[in-house]
Amino acid sequence: MKNIVILGSGTAGTIMANHLTGDLPKDEWTISIIDPLKWHYYQPGFLFVPFEMYDPEEIRKPIEKFIPKGVDFINKEADVILPEENTVRLKDGTNVNYDILIIATGSDIAPQETEGMKGPCWRKDVFDFYSNDGAIALRDKLKDWEGGHLVVHITEMPIKCPVAPLEFAFLADSFFKDKNMRDKVKISFVTPLSGAFTKPKATAVLQHLLTEKNIEVVPDFYIEKVDGENKKIVDYGGREVEYDVLVTIPTNMGNPLMERSGIGDDLNFVPTDKGTLQSKVKDNIFVIGDATDVPTSKAGSVAHFEAEILLDNIKSFIRGEAFKEEFDGHANCFIETGNSKAILIDFNYEHEPTTGSFPITGIGPMKLLKETRMNHLGKLAFKWIYWNMLLPGRKIPLVTPNMSKAGKDIED
Amino acid sequence: METQIGGSSVEVTDEGYLKDINQWSREVAIGIAEKEGVTLADDHWKVLEFLQNQYKNGTPLTIRSVGKSGVCSIKELYALFPDGPLKKSTKIAGIPKPVSCI
Repeated sequence: MKNIVILGSGTAGTIMANHLTGDLPKDEWTISIIDPLKWHYYQPGFLFVPFEMYDPEEIRKPIEKFIPKGVDFINKEADVILPEENTVRLKDGTNVNYDILIIATGSDIAPQETEGMKGPCWRKDVFDFYSNDGAIALRDKLKDWEGGHLVVHITEMPIKCPVAPLEFAFLADSFFKDKNMRDKVKISFVTPLSGAFTKPKATAVLQHLLTEKNIEVVPDFYIEKVDGENKKIVDYGGREVEYDVLVTIPTNMGNPLMERSGIGDDLNFVPTDKGTLQSKVKDNIFVIGDATDVPTSKAGSVAHFEAEILLDNIKSFIRGEAFKEEFDGHANCFIETGNSKAILIDFNYEHEPTTGSFPITGIGPMKLLKETRMNHLGKLAFKWIYWNMLLPGRKIPLVTPNMSKAGKDIED
Repeated sequence: METQIGGSSVEVTDEGYLKDINQWSREVAIGIAEKEGVTLADDHWKVLEFLQNQYKNGTPLTIRSVGKSGVCSIKELYALFPDGPLKKSTKIAGIPKPVSCI
């Protein structure tokens, strides 16, 4: 028997386990998945928790529920990857040998990377919403907050779901309007980027919405430290922004396991071929989802698209053939804009988000880069799709792993 | 578009980045720096050289990576190239605007 080992049972790892188990001969391959955690969180749901649109209980399910039958779930923490020995050593000293390793350990917030962020003010008036505990703490803070300066802040790129901070600002605007206290809240969006988003056309649309919703943008702000005592953030150029509540997206980093194994970059992301998803560490190590350093968004949709490509490539690798599939960086994101509306964007390494239409079976064509109620319904429907179609690795009709240009207003 | 910088004719993007690093020279760098309000001294040149090497190696450029390089700290990078140091320094180094922002 040969072994495929998957590190991480988040979105990417779980989808891969489901793909592989349906595809590889069971008498030849053992599939194992290593993860020390108990809960699988529907991470797009964290955004809605602070505004009480989702209850924390409805966005988590036991990890085991999604591990397919026949896959060995090793509910333990990995200590180190030993590429030369084709082994993952667990914290309890056990060695797990592999013929093929798939790294799907994701990314996580690292507030300790910024001076003063994780000080006494952490989760008192400095919050994140990229974790279950953070989203809940922020919900409790906003519940009876009487107003002041709300600063939504990005520490540095790349971050998981790069549109989430904008969505947070938009939803905050709606939230305080609904509570009849928008006039008591100043909302600022502080970013190291030169504008609202990373791609020019989408930035223009989003910038317009920010202005309309009276959200101030502070661009080119690269934070040096949080001064918790005086409630202000300071950038390396000496600029200061004062806050009453700071909602920050801390530095995002890959799993510390990569640093221990000596195979990560500065941020513990694993150097990966952006087309084949083979690691640059060793040929029998592949990487998927947020754990890679490929230049596309860190998002569940990307992991989903990558999974289909990676399955084909792993099968080619097993047969000793050349890779046939190349991932194009396809990402697809709903952007909540508040007031029960959303924008849908679809893009890849080469083509930035543009206007046009996007087909989804059962829901209908969605308008791209336009604010509609239909897109908002699509975003809400996505929770069901995630648990029932995406994680089990079912194909979502008409949505192709590489980006389709059909329906898009692309200027060539 | 084509423009005159530091006595040479060079192709630049709408934002003023050189389209071809081969058209870069110390004179061109001094010319771009002047427009950006920067007077180049030894410390600036060290950063420019580091950025060009990183670019030639295909390593994505981030402020963090410059800070960890040992060439200068992030604070010093800001002092050398105030307001958007990476955007300014890459422009002067004749390399494309970093796409570290995804």
